[in-house]
Amino acid sequence: MSQLAALWNHPDFQFVFWALVKIVIIMHAMLGAVSYAIYAERKIAGHMQARTGPNRVGPWGLFQPLADVGKLFLKEEFTPDGANKVIFHIAPALAVIPALVTFSVIPFGPTDPFQITNINVGLLLFLAMSSIAVYAITLGGWSSNNKYALLGGLRSSAQMISYELSMGISTIPILLMSGTMSLVDIVHAQAHGPLPFVPGWYVFTVPGFIAFSIFMITALAETNRAPFDLPEAESELVAGFHTEYSSMKWALFFLGEYAAVFAISSVAIVLFLGGWHGPFLPPNLQFLWFLAKLSALVFFFIWVRWTFPRFRYDQLMHLGWKVLLPISVLNLVATAIWVYVRNNR
Amino acid sequence: MIPILFVGFAALLVGCSLMVILHRNPVTSALWLVLGFVSLAGLYLLLQAEFLAMVQIIVYAGAIMVLFLFVIMYLNLKRDREEGIGHLMRRTIGWGIGAVLLVEAVLLLRHKWVPGPLAEPGEGVWGNTIAIGRLLYSRYLFPFEITSILLLVAMVGAVLIGRGGVGVKSERPGE
Repeated sequence: MSQLAALWNHPDFQFVFWALVKIVIIMHAMLGAVSYAIYAERKIAGHMQARTGPNRVGPWGLFQPLADVGKLFLKEEFTPDGANKVIFHIAPALAVIPALVTFSVIPFGPTDPFQITNINVGLLLFLAMSSIAVYAITLGGWSSNNKYALLGGLRSSAQMISYELSMGISTIPILLMSGTMSLVDIVHAQAHGPLPFVPGWYVFTVPGFIAFSIFMITALAETNRAPFDLPEAESELVAGFHTEYSSMKWALFFLGEYAAVFAISSVAIVLFLGGWHGPFLPPNLQFLWFLAKLSALVFFFIWVRWTFPRFRYDQLMHLGWKVLLPISVLNLVATAIWVYVRNNR
Repeated sequence: MIPILFVGFAALLVGCSLMVILHRNPVTSALWLVLGFVSLAGLYLLLQAEFLAMVQIIVYAGAIMVLFLFVIMYLNLKRDREEGIGHLMRRTIGWGIGAVLLVEAVLLLRHKWVPGPLAEPGEGVWGNTIAIGRLLYSRYLFPFEITSILLLVAMVGAVLIGRGGVGVKSERPGE
Protein backbone atom coordinates (compact mmCIF):
# COMPACT_ATOMS: atom_id res chain seq x y z
CA MET A 1 0.00 0.00 0.00
CA SER A 2 2.81 2.40 0.93
CA GLN A 3 4.56 1.52 -2.34
CA LEU A 4 1.42 2.51 -4.22
CA ALA A 5 1.32 5.78 -2.31
CA ALA A 6 4.98 6.40 -3.13
CA LEU A 7 4.31 5.75 -6.80
CA TRP A 8 1.30 8.09 -6.67
CA ASN A 9 3.37 10.87 -5.11
CA HIS A 10 6.28 10.46 -7.52
CA PRO A 11 6.58 13.69 -9.56
CA ASP A 12 7.00 11.84 -12.87
CA PHE A 13 3.88 9.81 -12.23
CA GLN A 14 1.94 12.89 -11.20
CA PHE A 15 3.01 14.69 -14.37
CA VAL A 16 2.07 11.82 -16.66
CA PHE A 17 -1.24 11.24 -14.88
CA TRP A 18 -2.41 14.85 -15.00
CA ALA A 19 -1.15 15.27 -18.58
CA LEU A 20 -3.28 12.26 -19.58
CA VAL A 21 -6.31 13.72 -17.79
CA LYS A 22 -5.88 17.04 -19.60
CA ILE A 23 -5.35 15.28 -22.93
CA VAL A 24 -8.57 13.30 -22.53
CA ILE A 25 -10.53 16.43 -21.58
CA ILE A 26 -9.13 18.57 -24.41
CA MET A 27 -9.54 15.81 -26.97
CA HIS A 28 -13.21 15.31 -26.16
CA ALA A 29 -13.85 19.04 -25.91
CA MET A 30 -12.25 19.39 -29.33
CA LEU A 31 -14.30 16.60 -30.90
CA GLY A 32 -17.48 18.17 -29.54
CA ALA A 33 -16.40 21.60 -30.72
CA VAL A 34 -15.63 20.23 -34.17
CA SER A 35 -19.06 18.68 -34.61
CA TYR A 36 -20.69 21.94 -33.59
CA ALA A 37 -18.31 23.88 -35.86
CA ILE A 38 -19.82 21.91 -38.73
CA TYR A 39 -23.29 22.92 -37.50
CA ALA A 40 -22.08 26.54 -37.26
CA GLU A 41 -20.67 26.34 -40.76
CA ARG A 42 -23.97 25.12 -42.18
CA LYS A 43 -25.98 27.72 -40.26
CA ILE A 44 -23.69 30.60 -41.25
CA ALA A 45 -23.52 29.41 -44.86
CA GLY A 46 -27.31 29.22 -44.87
CA HIS A 47 -27.77 32.76 -43.62
CA MET A 48 -25.11 34.09 -46.00
CA GLN A 49 -27.10 32.58 -48.86
CA ALA A 50 -30.48 33.78 -47.52
CA ARG A 51 -31.51 30.30 -46.30
CA THR A 52 -31.99 29.14 -42.72
CA GLY A 53 -29.64 26.17 -42.66
CA PRO A 54 -30.40 22.99 -40.65
CA ASN A 55 -33.45 23.56 -38.40
CA ARG A 56 -35.34 20.25 -38.25
CA VAL A 57 -33.52 18.12 -35.65
CA GLY A 58 -34.09 19.53 -32.17
CA PRO A 59 -34.58 23.22 -31.32
CA TRP A 60 -32.94 25.41 -34.02
CA GLY A 61 -31.51 22.21 -35.47
CA LEU A 62 -29.14 21.88 -32.51
CA PHE A 63 -29.12 18.06 -32.59
CA GLN A 64 -28.17 17.98 -36.27
CA PRO A 65 -24.48 16.99 -35.54
CA LEU A 66 -25.67 13.96 -33.53
CA ALA A 67 -27.96 12.90 -36.36
CA ASP A 68 -25.13 13.36 -38.86
CA VAL A 69 -22.71 11.26 -36.84
CA GLY A 70 -25.34 8.56 -36.35
CA LYS A 71 -25.97 8.48 -40.08
CA LEU A 72 -22.24 8.28 -40.86
CA PHE A 73 -21.78 5.36 -38.48
CA LEU A 74 -24.51 3.40 -40.22
CA LYS A 75 -23.22 3.99 -43.76
CA GLU A 76 -21.45 1.26 -45.70
CA GLU A 77 -17.68 1.09 -45.43
CA PHE A 78 -16.48 0.83 -48.98
CA THR A 79 -12.95 0.00 -50.17
CA PRO A 80 -12.20 0.17 -53.89
CA ASP A 81 -10.96 -3.00 -55.54
CA GLY A 82 -7.54 -1.79 -56.70
CA ALA A 83 -6.81 0.26 -53.59
CA ASN A 84 -3.71 -0.18 -51.49
CA LYS A 85 -5.68 -1.49 -48.49
CA VAL A 86 -3.30 -0.68 -45.64
CA ILE A 87 -2.50 2.88 -46.71
CA PHE A 88 -6.16 3.45 -47.59
CA HIS A 89 -7.05 2.70 -43.95
CA ILE A 90 -4.14 4.63 -42.40
CA ALA A 91 -4.68 7.89 -44.29
CA PRO A 92 -7.88 9.06 -42.50
CA ALA A 93 -6.24 8.54 -39.10
CA LEU A 94 -3.26 10.58 -40.26
CA ALA A 95 -5.64 13.41 -41.06
CA VAL A 96 -6.74 13.75 -37.43
CA ILE A 97 -3.61 12.96 -35.42
CA PRO A 98 -1.35 15.94 -36.33
CA ALA A 99 -4.05 18.48 -35.50
CA LEU A 100 -4.72 16.83 -32.13
CA VAL A 101 -0.99 16.65 -31.31
CA THR A 102 -0.69 20.39 -31.92
CA PHE A 103 -3.04 21.01 -28.99
CA SER A 104 -0.50 19.49 -26.60
CA VAL A 105 1.57 22.70 -26.74
CA ILE A 106 -1.25 25.27 -26.84
CA PRO A 107 -1.58 27.24 -23.58
CA PHE A 108 -5.28 27.93 -23.05
CA GLY A 109 -4.77 29.90 -19.84
CA PRO A 110 -2.06 31.32 -17.59
CA THR A 111 -2.28 28.67 -14.87
CA ASP A 112 -1.10 25.08 -14.90
CA PRO A 113 -4.45 23.34 -15.43
CA PHE A 114 -4.85 25.08 -18.80
CA GLN A 115 -1.51 24.00 -20.25
CA ILE A 116 -0.72 20.38 -21.08
CA THR A 117 3.00 20.93 -21.58
CA ASN A 118 5.33 23.87 -21.93
CA ILE A 119 8.23 22.75 -24.10
CA ASN A 120 10.90 25.10 -25.39
CA VAL A 121 10.34 24.17 -29.05
CA GLY A 122 6.55 24.45 -29.01
CA LEU A 123 6.43 26.52 -32.18
CA LEU A 124 8.61 24.03 -34.04
CA LEU A 125 6.33 21.21 -32.90
CA PHE A 126 3.40 23.04 -34.50
CA LEU A 127 5.34 23.52 -37.76
CA ALA A 128 6.41 19.85 -37.72
CA MET A 129 2.83 18.69 -37.24
CA SER A 130 1.52 20.92 -40.02
CA SER A 131 4.18 19.52 -42.34
CA ILE A 132 3.20 15.95 -41.39
CA ALA A 133 -0.44 16.73 -42.18
CA VAL A 134 0.33 16.63 -45.92
CA TYR A 135 0.60 12.85 -45.82
CA ALA A 136 -3.06 12.22 -45.05
CA ILE A 137 -4.38 13.82 -48.22
CA THR A 138 -1.51 12.73 -50.46
CA LEU A 139 -1.70 9.10 -49.35
CA GLY A 140 -5.49 9.05 -49.26
CA GLY A 141 -5.57 10.29 -52.82
CA TRP A 142 -2.91 7.91 -54.05
CA SER A 143 -4.09 4.73 -52.33
CA SER A 144 -7.67 5.07 -53.62
CA ASN A 145 -6.54 4.01 -57.11
CA ASN A 146 -8.71 6.69 -58.66
CA LYS A 147 -7.48 9.33 -61.10
CA TYR A 148 -9.45 12.19 -59.58
CA ALA A 149 -8.29 11.26 -56.10
CA LEU A 150 -4.67 11.04 -57.27
CA LEU A 151 -4.90 14.48 -58.88
CA GLY A 152 -6.34 15.87 -55.67
CA GLY A 153 -3.53 14.31 -53.65
CA LEU A 154 -0.85 15.67 -55.97
CA ARG A 155 -2.38 19.14 -55.87
CA SER A 156 -2.48 19.02 -52.12
CA SER A 157 1.17 18.06 -51.68
CA ALA A 158 2.30 20.80 -54.08
CA GLN A 159 0.05 23.36 -52.40
CA MET A 160 0.93 22.52 -48.82
CA ILE A 161 4.69 22.45 -49.44
CA SER A 162 4.50 25.84 -51.17
CA TYR A 163 2.51 27.52 -48.41
CA GLU A 164 4.35 25.86 -45.52
CA LEU A 165 7.42 27.91 -46.41
CA SER A 166 5.67 31.25 -46.15
CA MET A 167 3.92 30.11 -42.98
CA GLY A 168 7.18 29.09 -41.32
CA ILE A 169 8.93 32.31 -42.31
CA SER A 170 6.00 34.47 -41.20
CA THR A 171 6.34 33.10 -37.65
CA ILE A 172 10.05 33.95 -37.34
CA PRO A 173 9.50 37.72 -36.69
CA ILE A 174 7.55 36.69 -33.58
CA LEU A 175 10.55 34.62 -32.43
CA LEU A 176 12.80 37.63 -33.00
CA MET A 177 10.55 39.95 -31.00
CA SER A 178 9.86 37.58 -28.12
CA GLY A 179 13.22 35.78 -28.09
CA THR A 180 11.73 32.38 -27.31
CA MET A 181 10.12 29.39 -29.05
CA SER A 182 7.98 28.32 -26.11
CA LEU A 183 4.37 29.21 -26.82
CA VAL A 184 3.73 29.99 -23.14
CA ASP A 185 6.61 32.48 -23.03
CA ILE A 186 5.47 34.06 -26.31
CA VAL A 187 2.10 34.77 -24.68
CA HIS A 188 3.80 36.13 -21.55
CA ALA A 189 5.86 38.46 -23.77
CA GLN A 190 2.62 40.04 -25.04
CA ALA A 191 1.33 40.98 -21.58
CA HIS A 192 2.06 44.69 -21.68
CA GLY A 193 2.01 47.11 -24.57
CA PRO A 194 4.11 50.25 -24.94
CA LEU A 195 1.05 52.44 -24.29
CA PRO A 196 -1.80 52.01 -21.81
CA PHE A 197 -5.11 50.96 -23.44
CA VAL A 198 -3.16 49.28 -26.27
CA PRO A 199 -2.55 45.56 -25.56
CA GLY A 200 0.95 44.27 -26.25
CA TRP A 201 -0.35 41.78 -28.82
CA TYR A 202 2.06 41.31 -31.70
CA VAL A 203 -0.68 41.97 -34.23
CA PHE A 204 -0.51 45.64 -33.14
CA THR A 205 3.13 45.97 -34.22
CA VAL A 206 3.89 46.64 -37.88
CA PRO A 207 5.93 43.45 -38.58
CA GLY A 208 3.49 41.48 -36.45
CA PHE A 209 0.54 42.71 -38.50
CA ILE A 210 2.20 41.80 -41.81
CA ALA A 211 3.18 38.40 -40.40
CA PHE A 212 -0.38 37.86 -39.12
CA SER A 213 -1.87 38.61 -42.54
CA ILE A 214 0.50 36.15 -44.23
CA PHE A 215 -0.08 33.56 -41.51
CA MET A 216 -3.86 33.68 -41.91
CA ILE A 217 -3.68 33.39 -45.72
CA THR A 218 -1.30 30.43 -45.51
CA ALA A 219 -3.46 28.92 -42.75
CA LEU A 220 -6.39 28.85 -45.19
CA ALA A 221 -4.16 27.04 -47.70
CA GLU A 222 -2.70 24.62 -45.14
CA THR A 223 -6.13 23.52 -43.96
CA ASN A 224 -7.39 23.20 -47.58
CA ARG A 225 -10.23 25.60 -46.93
CA ALA A 226 -11.78 27.69 -49.69
CA PRO A 227 -10.51 29.68 -51.58
CA PHE A 228 -7.61 27.18 -51.49
CA ASP A 229 -9.65 23.95 -51.59
CA LEU A 230 -8.18 22.75 -54.88
CA PRO A 231 -7.45 19.20 -53.57
CA GLU A 232 -11.21 18.61 -53.33
CA ALA A 233 -12.42 20.95 -56.08
CA GLU A 234 -15.79 19.32 -56.75
CA SER A 235 -16.40 21.02 -60.09
CA GLU A 236 -13.17 19.58 -61.55
CA LEU A 237 -12.23 16.49 -59.53
CA VAL A 238 -15.60 15.00 -58.41
CA ALA A 239 -14.59 15.19 -54.74
CA GLY A 240 -10.81 15.19 -55.04
CA PHE A 241 -8.74 13.15 -52.64
CA HIS A 242 -11.71 11.70 -50.74
CA THR A 243 -13.69 10.58 -53.79
CA GLU A 244 -13.48 6.90 -52.79
CA TYR A 245 -13.95 7.36 -49.06
CA SER A 246 -17.23 6.67 -47.31
CA SER A 247 -18.72 6.30 -43.85
CA MET A 248 -16.50 7.05 -40.84
CA LYS A 249 -13.29 7.12 -42.90
CA TRP A 250 -14.71 10.05 -44.83
CA ALA A 251 -15.88 11.59 -41.55
CA LEU A 252 -12.33 11.39 -40.20
CA PHE A 253 -11.08 13.51 -43.11
CA PHE A 254 -13.81 16.01 -42.34
CA LEU A 255 -12.96 15.93 -38.65
CA GLY A 256 -9.28 16.39 -39.44
CA GLU A 257 -10.00 19.49 -41.52
CA TYR A 258 -11.95 21.16 -38.72
CA ALA A 259 -9.51 20.06 -36.03
CA ALA A 260 -6.74 21.61 -38.14
CA VAL A 261 -8.75 24.83 -38.38
CA PHE A 262 -9.06 24.90 -34.58
CA ALA A 263 -5.38 24.08 -34.07
CA ILE A 264 -4.08 26.66 -36.52
CA SER A 265 -6.43 29.31 -35.11
CA SER A 266 -5.16 28.54 -31.61
CA VAL A 267 -1.57 28.98 -32.78
CA ALA A 268 -2.49 32.29 -34.48
CA ILE A 269 -4.02 33.48 -31.20
CA VAL A 270 -0.94 32.48 -29.24
CA LEU A 271 1.49 34.08 -31.69
CA PHE A 272 -0.32 37.25 -32.69
CA LEU A 273 -3.46 37.88 -30.64
CA GLY A 274 -2.08 37.77 -27.11
CA GLY A 275 -3.19 34.25 -26.17
CA TRP A 276 -5.29 34.31 -23.03
CA HIS A 277 -4.69 38.03 -22.32
CA GLY A 278 -7.72 40.24 -21.96
CA PRO A 279 -9.20 42.65 -19.44
CA PHE A 280 -11.58 42.11 -16.50
CA LEU A 281 -11.11 38.38 -15.83
CA PRO A 282 -9.16 36.69 -12.99
CA PRO A 283 -6.35 34.30 -14.08
CA ASN A 284 -8.45 31.18 -13.67
CA LEU A 285 -11.11 32.48 -16.03
CA GLN A 286 -8.84 34.01 -18.65
CA PHE A 287 -9.20 30.94 -20.83
CA LEU A 288 -12.62 32.43 -21.68
CA TRP A 289 -10.78 35.15 -23.59
CA PHE A 290 -8.91 32.45 -25.45
CA LEU A 291 -12.18 30.73 -26.34
CA ALA A 292 -13.71 34.04 -27.48
CA LYS A 293 -10.77 34.73 -29.79
CA LEU A 294 -10.88 31.14 -31.03
CA SER A 295 -14.57 31.46 -31.91
CA ALA A 296 -13.87 34.71 -33.75
CA LEU A 297 -11.09 33.16 -35.83
CA VAL A 298 -13.11 30.03 -36.65
CA PHE A 299 -15.93 32.33 -37.75
CA PHE A 300 -13.37 34.10 -39.95
CA PHE A 301 -12.48 30.79 -41.61
CA ILE A 302 -16.17 30.06 -42.31
CA TRP A 303 -16.82 33.62 -43.50
CA VAL A 304 -13.95 33.45 -46.00
CA ARG A 305 -15.14 30.12 -47.34
CA TRP A 306 -18.58 31.41 -48.26
CA THR A 307 -17.29 34.71 -49.64
CA PHE A 308 -14.46 33.98 -52.07
CA PRO A 309 -14.42 31.77 -55.17
CA ARG A 310 -11.76 29.11 -55.61
CA PHE A 311 -8.36 30.03 -57.04
CA ARG A 312 -7.13 28.68 -60.35
CA TYR A 313 -4.09 26.44 -59.95
CA ASP A 314 -1.53 28.82 -61.52
CA GLN A 315 -2.93 31.71 -59.48
CA LEU A 316 -2.43 29.65 -56.34
CA MET A 317 1.23 28.97 -57.15
CA HIS A 318 1.77 32.59 -58.22
CA LEU A 319 0.38 33.87 -54.93
CA GLY A 320 2.39 31.44 -52.84
CA TRP A 321 5.79 31.78 -54.45
CA LYS A 322 5.85 35.25 -55.99
CA VAL A 323 3.80 37.27 -53.50
CA LEU A 324 3.65 35.73 -50.04
CA LEU A 325 7.18 34.31 -49.91
CA PRO A 326 9.00 37.57 -50.88
CA ILE A 327 6.83 39.63 -48.53
CA SER A 328 7.46 37.29 -45.61
CA VAL A 329 11.23 37.24 -46.26
CA LEU A 330 11.35 41.06 -46.49
CA ASN A 331 9.28 41.28 -43.32
CA LEU A 332 11.75 38.95 -41.60
CA VAL A 333 14.76 41.05 -42.64
CA ALA A 334 13.06 44.30 -41.60
CA THR A 335 12.11 42.83 -38.22
CA ALA A 336 15.65 41.58 -37.66
CA ILE A 337 17.06 45.08 -38.31
CA TRP A 338 14.40 46.68 -36.10
CA VAL A 339 15.05 44.28 -33.19
CA TYR A 340 18.82 44.77 -33.57
CA VAL A 341 18.50 48.57 -33.48
CA ARG A 342 16.10 48.42 -30.52
CA ASN A 343 18.41 46.17 -28.51
CA ASN A 344 21.59 48.15 -29.26
CA ARG A 345 20.31 51.65 -28.75
CA MET B 1 12.75 5.04 -18.22
CA ILE B 2 15.25 6.47 -20.71
CA PRO B 3 16.95 3.11 -21.51
CA ILE B 4 13.53 1.60 -22.27
CA LEU B 5 12.67 4.49 -24.59
CA PHE B 6 16.09 4.25 -26.23
CA VAL B 7 15.67 0.55 -26.95
CA GLY B 8 12.18 1.19 -28.27
CA PHE B 9 13.19 3.98 -30.65
CA ALA B 10 16.37 2.20 -31.74
CA ALA B 11 14.49 -1.02 -32.49
CA LEU B 12 11.87 0.96 -34.40
CA LEU B 13 14.59 2.72 -36.38
CA VAL B 14 16.37 -0.52 -37.31
CA GLY B 15 13.09 -2.22 -38.16
CA CYS B 16 11.95 0.66 -40.36
CA SER B 17 15.28 0.84 -42.15
CA LEU B 18 15.10 -2.88 -42.90
CA MET B 19 11.55 -2.47 -44.23
CA VAL B 20 12.73 0.37 -46.49
CA ILE B 21 15.10 -1.92 -48.38
CA LEU B 22 13.06 -5.12 -48.10
CA HIS B 23 9.72 -3.81 -49.34
CA ARG B 24 9.01 -4.05 -53.07
CA ASN B 25 6.52 -1.19 -53.37
CA PRO B 26 8.40 2.16 -53.60
CA VAL B 27 5.61 4.17 -51.92
CA THR B 28 5.53 1.81 -48.94
CA SER B 29 9.33 1.93 -48.73
CA ALA B 30 9.18 5.74 -48.63
CA LEU B 31 6.60 5.60 -45.83
CA TRP B 32 8.80 3.26 -43.77
CA LEU B 33 11.61 5.77 -44.28
CA VAL B 34 9.36 8.53 -42.88
CA LEU B 35 8.66 6.42 -39.80
CA GLY B 36 12.43 5.82 -39.53
CA PHE B 37 13.05 9.59 -39.57
CA VAL B 38 10.48 10.11 -36.84
CA SER B 39 12.05 7.45 -34.61
CA LEU B 40 15.43 9.08 -35.22
CA ALA B 41 13.87 12.34 -33.98
CA GLY B 42 12.85 10.41 -30.86
CA LEU B 43 16.47 9.40 -30.34
CA TYR B 44 17.54 13.04 -30.67
CA LEU B 45 14.98 13.97 -28.01
CA LEU B 46 16.52 11.42 -25.63
CA LEU B 47 19.88 13.15 -26.20
CA GLN B 48 18.18 16.44 -25.22
CA ALA B 49 18.63 17.81 -28.71
CA GLU B 50 15.03 18.98 -29.03
CA PHE B 51 15.78 21.54 -31.75
CA LEU B 52 17.45 18.92 -33.90
CA ALA B 53 14.55 16.52 -33.33
CA MET B 54 11.94 19.02 -34.51
CA VAL B 55 14.02 20.15 -37.49
CA GLN B 56 14.49 16.49 -38.40
CA ILE B 57 10.72 16.06 -38.63
CA ILE B 58 10.10 19.38 -40.41
CA VAL B 59 12.87 19.02 -43.00
CA TYR B 60 13.17 15.30 -43.63
CA ALA B 61 9.75 13.85 -42.82
CA GLY B 62 7.75 16.94 -43.77
CA ALA B 63 9.50 18.35 -46.82
CA ILE B 64 12.01 16.00 -48.43
CA MET B 65 9.99 12.82 -48.13
CA VAL B 66 6.84 14.53 -49.39
CA LEU B 67 8.77 15.54 -52.52
CA PHE B 68 10.03 11.96 -52.81
CA LEU B 69 6.49 10.62 -52.60
CA PHE B 70 5.36 13.26 -55.07
CA VAL B 71 7.93 12.07 -57.61
CA ILE B 72 7.19 8.37 -57.02
CA MET B 73 3.46 8.91 -57.46
CA TYR B 74 3.94 11.16 -60.47
CA LEU B 75 6.14 8.64 -62.26
CA ASN B 76 3.65 5.95 -61.21
CA LEU B 77 6.33 3.38 -60.32
CA LYS B 78 4.54 0.21 -59.45
CA ARG B 79 7.32 -2.24 -58.63
CA ASP B 80 11.03 -2.72 -59.11
CA ARG B 81 11.78 -4.67 -62.24
CA GLU B 82 13.76 -7.74 -61.35
CA GLU B 83 15.61 -8.67 -64.52
CA GLY B 84 18.27 -7.44 -66.96
CA ILE B 85 21.94 -6.62 -66.84
CA GLY B 86 21.31 -3.43 -64.83
CA HIS B 87 19.81 -5.47 -62.01
CA LEU B 88 22.78 -7.85 -61.96
CA MET B 89 25.24 -4.94 -61.86
CA ARG B 90 23.34 -3.21 -59.07
CA ARG B 91 23.33 -6.42 -57.08
CA THR B 92 27.09 -6.89 -57.53
CA ILE B 93 27.87 -3.31 -56.52
CA GLY B 94 25.54 -3.59 -53.53
CA TRP B 95 27.20 -6.76 -52.24
CA GLY B 96 30.65 -5.19 -52.81
CA ILE B 97 29.85 -2.04 -50.81
CA GLY B 98 28.19 -4.14 -48.12
CA ALA B 99 31.29 -6.31 -47.74
CA VAL B 100 33.58 -3.26 -47.49
CA LEU B 101 31.33 -1.69 -44.82
CA LEU B 102 31.22 -4.96 -42.88
CA VAL B 103 35.03 -5.25 -42.84
CA GLU B 104 35.30 -1.60 -41.81
CA ALA B 105 32.81 -2.09 -38.97
CA VAL B 106 34.67 -5.17 -37.69
CA LEU B 107 38.00 -3.30 -37.77
CA LEU B 108 36.51 -0.30 -35.95
CA LEU B 109 34.71 -2.35 -33.32
CA ARG B 110 37.96 -4.13 -32.34
CA HIS B 111 39.04 -0.92 -30.64
CA LYS B 112 37.79 -0.22 -27.16
CA TRP B 113 35.68 2.92 -27.27
CA VAL B 114 35.51 5.32 -24.34
CA PRO B 115 32.69 7.87 -24.45
CA GLY B 116 34.12 11.37 -24.44
CA PRO B 117 33.23 13.93 -21.79
CA LEU B 118 29.73 15.35 -22.22
CA ALA B 119 29.42 19.02 -23.09
CA GLU B 120 28.55 21.18 -20.11
CA PRO B 121 24.99 22.53 -20.22
CA GLY B 122 24.93 26.27 -20.82
CA GLU B 123 24.59 28.59 -17.85
CA GLY B 124 20.98 29.63 -17.25
CA VAL B 125 20.01 28.66 -20.79
CA TRP B 126 16.77 26.76 -21.12
CA GLY B 127 17.35 24.26 -23.90
CA ASN B 128 20.05 24.24 -26.53
CA THR B 129 18.46 26.14 -29.41
CA ILE B 130 20.31 29.33 -28.47
CA ALA B 131 23.58 27.41 -28.14
CA ILE B 132 23.16 25.90 -31.63
CA GLY B 133 22.44 29.34 -33.07
CA ARG B 134 25.51 30.87 -31.47
CA LEU B 135 27.77 28.07 -32.70
CA LEU B 136 26.36 28.19 -36.23
CA TYR B 137 26.95 31.92 -36.53
CA SER B 138 30.39 32.02 -34.93
CA ARG B 139 32.53 28.89 -35.06
CA TYR B 140 30.77 27.20 -37.98
CA LEU B 141 29.98 30.38 -39.91
CA PHE B 142 32.08 29.45 -42.93
CA PRO B 143 30.58 25.97 -43.54
CA PHE B 144 27.16 27.45 -42.88
CA GLU B 145 27.58 30.15 -45.53
CA ILE B 146 29.13 27.71 -48.01
CA THR B 147 26.11 25.44 -47.60
CA SER B 148 23.72 28.33 -48.20
CA ILE B 149 25.58 29.30 -51.39
CA LEU B 150 25.45 25.68 -52.55
CA LEU B 151 21.70 25.63 -52.00
CA LEU B 152 21.31 28.95 -53.80
CA VAL B 153 23.22 27.61 -56.81
CA ALA B 154 21.02 24.51 -56.82
CA MET B 155 17.92 26.72 -56.67
CA VAL B 156 19.07 28.89 -59.59
CA GLY B 157 19.85 25.74 -61.57
CA ALA B 158 16.40 24.30 -60.83
CA VAL B 159 14.71 27.52 -61.95
CA LEU B 160 16.77 27.52 -65.14
CA ILE B 161 15.89 23.90 -65.93
CA GLY B 162 12.27 24.55 -65.08
CA ARG B 163 12.12 27.42 -67.57
CA GLY B 164 13.63 25.22 -70.28
CA GLY B 165 17.02 26.85 -70.79
CA VAL B 166 18.45 30.34 -71.23
CA GLY B 167 16.45 32.88 -73.18
CA VAL B 168 13.18 30.93 -73.19
CA LYS B 169 10.17 33.09 -72.46
CA SER B 170 8.08 31.40 -69.81
CA GLU B 171 4.42 30.93 -70.61
CA ARG B 172 1.85 31.31 -67.91
CA PRO B 173 -0.95 28.81 -68.25
CA GLY B 174 -4.45 30.12 -68.49
CA GLU B 175 -3.55 33.27 -70.42
